[in-house]
Amino acid sequence: MSTDTPDNSRYVAVQATDEFAGLRKSLRNFIFPMTVAFFLWYALYVILCAYARDFMAIKVIGHVNVALIFGLLQFVTTFLIAWFYSRYANQRLDPIADRIRAELEGPEDAK
Amino acid sequence: MKLINLDVLAAEATNDTARTLTISLFVVFVILTLGITIWASRQTKSAADFYAGGRSFSGFQNGMAIGGDYMSAASFLGIAGIIALSGYDGFLYSIGFLVAWLVALLLVAELLRNSGKYTMADVLAFRMRQKPVRTAAAVSTITVSIFYLLAQMVGAGALVALLLGIKPGATFLGMDADAAKQLTIVLVGVLMIVYVTIGGMKGTTYVQIVKAFLLMTGALVMTIMVFAAFKFNLSSLLGNAADASGKGEAFLQPGLRYGVESADALKTLWSKLDLLSLGIALVLGTAGLPHILIRFYTVPTAKAARKSVLWAIGIIGVFYLMTLALGFGAAALVGSANITAQDKAGNTAAPQLAQALGERYLGGETGGSILLAVIAAVAFATILAVVAGLTLASSSSLAHDFYANVIKSGQASERQEVNVARISAFGIGAVSIVLAIFAQSLNVAFLVALAFAVAASANLPAILYSLFWKNFNTSGAVWAIYGGLITAVGLVILSPVVSGAPTAMFPNADFDIFPLSNPGLVSIPVGFFCGWLGTVIGRDKADPAKFAELEVRSITGAGAH
Repeated sequence: MSTDTPDNSRYVAVQATDEFAGLRKSLRNFIFPMTVAFFLWYALYVILCAYARDFMAIKVIGHVNVALIFGLLQFVTTFLIAWFYSRYANQRLDPIADRIRAELEGPEDAK
Repeated sequence: MKLINLDVLAAEATNDTARTLTISLFVVFVILTLGITIWASRQTKSAADFYAGGRSFSGFQNGMAIGGDYMSAASFLGIAGIIALSGYDGFLYSIGFLVAWLVALLLVAELLRNSGKYTMADVLAFRMRQKPVRTAAAVSTITVSIFYLLAQMVGAGALVALLLGIKPGATFLGMDADAAKQLTIVLVGVLMIVYVTIGGMKGTTYVQIVKAFLLMTGALVMTIMVFAAFKFNLSSLLGNAADASGKGEAFLQPGLRYGVESADALKTLWSKLDLLSLGIALVLGTAGLPHILIRFYTVPTAKAARKSVLWAIGIIGVFYLMTLALGFGAAALVGSANITAQDKAGNTAAPQLAQALGERYLGGETGGSILLAVIAAVAFATILAVVAGLTLASSSSLAHDFYANVIKSGQASERQEVNVARISAFGIGAVSIVLAIFAQSLNVAFLVALAFAVAASANLPAILYSLFWKNFNTSGAVWAIYGGLITAVGLVILSPVVSGAPTAMFPNADFDIFPLSNPGLVSIPVGFFCGWLGTVIGRDKADPAKFAELEVRSITGAGAH
């Protein structure tokens, strides 16, 4: 709890470092645009379901129509974004976060 | 079930076999999970054990448990039923429920895991005045959980009569359908209280894992059988479903149920906006559901929290893909007439499909009874696991947020806190049983959608602002939660789901001045706006040092519990 540690000056100091600023930027540069992207992509799907019925009804292969393909693509993009984020976080975020964390916690109060 | 059309005697005999088998399998599940619960209780000593399962679960285990918490009877029976009766529109739910996990993965899971301890409010109140924010968070947590809980319990009552084949007028073990419903609600309520008070988070998590495994296995077996029936040709499955539905190609397109087009232009407009409203509430609600959020605390690190969400996305995604096969399979192989004869809402489509598939592939009627019984037992297990998760979330919040931090101002001992959590679980369980018995004759299907709308309108704005907006302050948090909560609940009360329509909760009353059944389109922006407005006009200013601490801790994991 924040109340357990009245002294948060160490955190203020870390927040001001370039290393932390870089980490925060790497995180935000990924998660914010990606959130906007998948939300718009999903919104497009819902809006097409509501307002583009003729387009969604076009048959592509047999009884498989555009609506079904669009829906399945939402699954595909969700899986891909999740995989992509995990790769990005493992490579670009975790090493820096671990380093800052180790510096902050130090050897003496490692839990 | 569909055997009503066949020889009556044979039908009775089959139903008896299926019933006995369903009840036996269910008893096995209950004994197994109670055993796990008692074992877990021996390992539950500290508050972290009770609230967070000792933070000892692996990413995969927690991913399974998230799946167990999330794939409710509403998604297994409900979505399959909607697809079976209304075709493509049921798929909208599957997609919204899955895409929603990206919000949790990218914006919430890891940061919450790093900066919180036991409840959602740990993060919301991190840099705020404790009492008002924790009170608001507890109110919202309990509201969302009780709505969800009631929907599941009333659903359980309705299901048992259907799955055990007790028709109006008929009796089973001397009970009529109403008595059986009430007994089921009480039984489900008592079991969920036992799981939570004895097993805590550890016991509840294992119950979720077992349930997720059973549900995935059951759905997978049925999916393979459905595809086998159509020679693994998706187009042939869809074509047969469309033909059998009597609605033709429209069955495979959006619009039969949501965003319905009619001659009345205004009605069409509202119907389409309602579709958008549902879509947005589904995708933004998940990351604000308290029983899902507290699952992130059961793993040791943020990295494990990320892994658990990745597993959850995989498991839930595959499951929702299978609901497509189950729904269209039921439409093609059982037929909508047979489904609506059993249940108008289509909730028995999946079990009826199981019976049809069993008859086809497992040797006639006995095979049908066996598969029906297995799937019915899985459905009961599903309901039990979900209600246990919800009870745990609300009792944690009541004990940790309201009792320990508001009433006792953070001075309660761990032991006292856990005792209060256990008493709360008992109290919340008892209240839910009573409410569910009173609500069982009402149409409560909208309660799950309402829970998602409140989660998206009240909890999500507060969580996102807390984590990312430096100036966000106490009044902003309180305003966001109450603003979103009151708007969402208020709009639903004024909507056609409560009054004015033939399908409404009170069809004879008429105060439906808000035209949409889902409030999300209005209440979610209102929640975000209230959070902003409260922050701007609130007197207490945000503490930059506290934000520095939250930001550094949430991103790096330093000082995590």
